[in-house]
Amino acid sequence: MTNTVAFGASMALIDYDFDHVAEAIEQGFTGRKAALGDLNVKAAKHGYEYVKNNFKDGFAYKLHPITLDTKRMIIRGVQAVGIAKFRAGCAFQTYYPITPATDESEYLEHHEKDFNMVVVQAEDEISAVLMATGAAHIGVRASTSTSGPGFCLMAEGMGWASHTEAPGPVIVLWQRAGPSTGLPTRTEQGDLQFVLRSGHGDVPRMVIAPGDVQECFYDTFDSFNYAERFQMPVVLLADKFLASSYRTMPIFMSRDLKIDRGQIATESSLGAEGLFKRYAFTPTGVSPRSTPGTRGGIFHTTGDEHDEFGHITENSENRIKMMQKRMNKLNLASELIPDAKKTNFFGPQKADLTIVGWGSTKGAILDGMQDLEADGIRCNFLQVRYMSPFPVEAVTKYVSNATKTVLVENNYSGQLGDLIREKTGIAMDYRVLKYNGRPFSQNEIFEGIKEAIKNGTKEVVMAHA
Amino acid sequence: MLELKNYRTQVHNDWCPGCGDFGILSAVQMALFELKLEPHNVAIFSGIGCSGKTPHFVNTYGFHTLHGRSLPIATGAKLANTDLTVVAVGGDGDGFGIGAGHFVGTGRRNVDFTYVVFDNGVYGLTKGQASPTLPKGLKTKSMSFPSIVEGINPLATAISAGYTFVARSYALDVRHLKEILKAAILHKGSALVDVLQTCPTYNDINTKEWYSGSDLPSKAPRLYKIEDTGFDGTVKNPSDATEVNQKKSQAITRSFEWGDKIPIGIFYRNTEPTFEDMIANRMPSYKQVPLVKQDLYNRDVTPLFEELS
Repeated sequence: MTNTVAFGASMALIDYDFDHVAEAIEQGFTGRKAALGDLNVKAAKHGYEYVKNNFKDGFAYKLHPITLDTKRMIIRGVQAVGIAKFRAGCAFQTYYPITPATDESEYLEHHEKDFNMVVVQAEDEISAVLMATGAAHIGVRASTSTSGPGFCLMAEGMGWASHTEAPGPVIVLWQRAGPSTGLPTRTEQGDLQFVLRSGHGDVPRMVIAPGDVQECFYDTFDSFNYAERFQMPVVLLADKFLASSYRTMPIFMSRDLKIDRGQIATESSLGAEGLFKRYAFTPTGVSPRSTPGTRGGIFHTTGDEHDEFGHITENSENRIKMMQKRMNKLNLASELIPDAKKTNFFGPQKADLTIVGWGSTKGAILDGMQDLEADGIRCNFLQVRYMSPFPVEAVTKYVSNATKTVLVENNYSGQLGDLIREKTGIAMDYRVLKYNGRPFSQNEIFEGIKEAIKNGTKEVVMAHA
Repeated sequence: MLELKNYRTQVHNDWCPGCGDFGILSAVQMALFELKLEPHNVAIFSGIGCSGKTPHFVNTYGFHTLHGRSLPIATGAKLANTDLTVVAVGGDGDGFGIGAGHFVGTGRRNVDFTYVVFDNGVYGLTKGQASPTLPKGLKTKSMSFPSIVEGINPLATAISAGYTFVARSYALDVRHLKEILKAAILHKGSALVDVLQTCPTYNDINTKEWYSGSDLPSKAPRLYKIEDTGFDGTVKNPSDATEVNQKKSQAITRSFEWGDKIPIGIFYRNTEPTFEDMIANRMPSYKQVPLVKQDLYNRDVTPLFEELS
């Protein structure tokens, strides 16, 4: 009970409304312990009143309610992704239990009957990604969610989904600290290079990395459109920190979002019993798809190289054309999606330094920038959101205009820095990294970047726990 | 008017001459034809191996998937469109080796589809290595030494895993196989049809002659129909746990009968709620309209936001 007295005393110091204090305490004592709630509220009240009577105006910080202009919600990344899946018309979600991804599937399970979504717990992640791929081929929007160890098992299935040009699935990868079991309940941005290359051979896939809870919502929604338009798997690359951090924000705009199901060959557009070229060569690389159950739309598909009908062939000319057809869909996506979606740029055009980062470090970087500004360091921030197709032109422009570049990443090797160098030939000047499984704090952004540029330290490793 | 030829494609077939797969392919096409299932309402899924090419020879929607992975993909497909007739095919290496986990997981779910295993005891496409059903101690043509691991019993495994229709047939008895396949397709729930299949190229033990019993003193065929001995594998009262256990036990016992006499036919059959039924229990609309035909693209998610505010 000492802690409750101290809690009451602390709340008095910051002049917080005691009614809220009492409510919070009562919520902590339910069921058999309910009777203890009253007792604790009284204890807190003693602490509260003692401070009020004896320490008038003794503390500089006050916590008062602020009036809100818009309705707000408290939301986590897993909920934002889940709600976006409902909004996008996703009918089928699969998963195998894994931290920290399971929360998303449980959220969907909790609401599935209100939206006619089927959520299936599979026997492993191999099955999870393939059930979702099977459902996508049949014509529903399908997805799965996992973390690094599970995504390792999905590499094979993702290759098949991509090779057979399935209109999905959307794979949400909630990264945690690896390798292997790693730090299973902690955060990291260590899977970027893996998701770009998982699977043998050249496997076209889209990879999108939201930076906050709001981007989780809109990027998830877009992912389903892309999966069907470009007929390839889409990986939404989030992490533990985004998954489970609560954010207070206004309700997202969701009514005006546009569903785009891509090119579908319907019964009326097909001959009665003719053969359907599911993999017809087209100028864009995208072939109209039929869905099983459609008369006249019968197609075959295979993970072997195949002809326009989906039958196996090792013909040399066909192989070259098919590779180009599939890979070209990434170029198409790159052309059709505006640069403004692929990157975010914050701060003045000209600055002393350009911070480069991606994903969940966004919030800490935006906060840390204010501290740097206050310290006389003028900076801007390039947030890369699309990893595949990679926004080569936009990133080249921002990075080559920079006075100095500082890479900030929640991993050991600076994986985005390597990707930028691979795609643009430009290396980052400084790197501020953190790989102890904890997210960056605002302070660390300030301290790390200052250390890099003031002392010329090429690589700064942050370690706040 | 549908004809048998409507279930065939013009794709070149490169199976070895005399392969048991031809018998299974014919039986699948005949079963679909005799059940009057329209080709566009059927989807066939396969894994990797000689049997993996089967969908390319059948004029229905066809998915040639990954090694051991036909069942998860078929499961996703069936759950997305419950109006489809779904058949999965694959070899014993595909199903009971690399795909063993999915084989067990699938039985537990009891999704309404049929799984046909081309069971020949060898990995034919990779030139004859021992596959999961090859009994311990046997050495087929291209093996360097006899197998030192136990062969799996597909029927006993299937019954333990929860398949609600478990049968065995023979690739070279197309008439019997066709009838078993029809019963399996009509069955509501997951059906395993284990098809003893000759591989004339690599399995020089379980040959056509061996199955015909020509090496036995009696010269009597090894295969006999299990129902001819008065065996009845069908559960009459699914809610009677004692009967269910008794039917499972007798089926498992008979499935181990191997050597001079090998039973074929339906070993176990029970009517239990399918996975689709279980989903519909908590979401009635699922049974009324298949997911793929539902309009899910104008969902109002505001209540979900409201719930968080």
